[in-house]
Amino acid sequence: MPTQINVNGAMHSVDVDDDTPLLWVLRDVVGLTGTKFGCGVALCGACTVHIDGVPRRSCITTVGSIGNASIRTIETLDANPIGKALQKAWLDLEVVQCGYCQSGQLMSAAALLAGNPKPSDADIDTVMSGNICRCGTYGRIRSAIKQAANQLGSSQESA
Amino acid sequence: MFSHRSVATAALLLLSTNVTLADSSGESLRAPKAFDSVRNRTERSVALFTEAGKVLQHPRCLNCHPVERQPTQGDDLHPHMPPVHGGPENRGTKELPCTSCHGPHNTATLGTGLKSIPGSDPWALAPASMAWQGFSLGEICAQLKDPARNGNRTLAQIEEHLAKDHLVGWAWHPGEGRTPAPGTQQIFGELIAAWIKTGAHCPKP
Ligand code: FES
Ligand code: FES
Repeated sequence: MPTQINVNGAMHSVDVDDDTPLLWVLRDVVGLTGTKFGCGVALCGACTVHIDGVPRRSCITTVGSIGNASIRTIETLDANPIGKALQKAWLDLEVVQCGYCQSGQLMSAAALLAGNPKPSDADIDTVMSGNICRCGTYGRIRSAIKQAANQLGSSQESA
Repeated sequence: MFSHRSVATAALLLLSTNVTLADSSGESLRAPKAFDSVRNRTERSVALFTEAGKVLQHPRCLNCHPVERQPTQGDDLHPHMPPVHGGPENRGTKELPCTSCHGPHNTATLGTGLKSIPGSDPWALAPASMAWQGFSLGEICAQLKDPARNGNRTLAQIEEHLAKDHLVGWAWHPGEGRTPAPGTQQIFGELIAAWIKTGAHCPKP
């Protein structure tokens, strides 16, 4: 029987086995290829999505475990101010090199700022340590998260 | 360059490692009746706890009872990757909770090196007061009995927790690719019950 999943605010009926990793479903069934496969074993963070706001590794999250939860992927990162600020900072600082890890980096960064609007360097390093970048863009990622946090902070103050 | 001899030695080493692993995951946890012959009650109590210590000090248990607020992994207790923190409630931080990777059940991966990601509901680190890594069995025993460090539990509650708790029970069902704790949770619970009944005496620290 097909499973119903809520992805980026839209319901999708997916006819897959319950133990299929969400990453496969997103990419191959729903057609959202922004979320990447890196390692498949929860070690690299490339496949990070949000499930009810919590960052989750979609490569080891079975579709049968999701139920009615809302899945958010990189394709709707800019649907809220945090995502918009992160996108701008990423472009301003030219964070991306090859880009492969970056959708996972951005989803983790969005979860970080949602939980901690003013992260210190140590906070950023701890949370982002779960996302590997083979191109070594870590320094720029940290700067961009800080820029986004500052922008969000100052827009809140002026509001 | 590998000589035949070094390959043979490596194979032997591997064999002996496997034997050790099999020992620690098989029938090696003795039930309380094996200690009936220890006539002295205090000594029997210590012997029962020492047997239960094979579980308490097993890597499946020690990895989430670290002294630092970061878990370890594997049979060699190497640092957890990624280097996560227990956070304020031992469930990770809000930004990187344990549930990012650890779901309600062990999850098979499609990888070959890491065959499954452990899971249980809830998945959590032991509180700092219950750190065991680097502690002697006697020290762990004293800590288990101390309400200031054991979550304010009575001995009866400790028995209930160790014999029934879901996350404790995970140690015997750790998912493919991990050595389970020795014996069964049932025998472990019986050992703890018998230890308490004989006065809950501890090995020397
Ligand atoms: S692909 Fe999921 S963590 Fe690497
Ligand atoms: S930008 Fe290339 S892997 Fe991160």
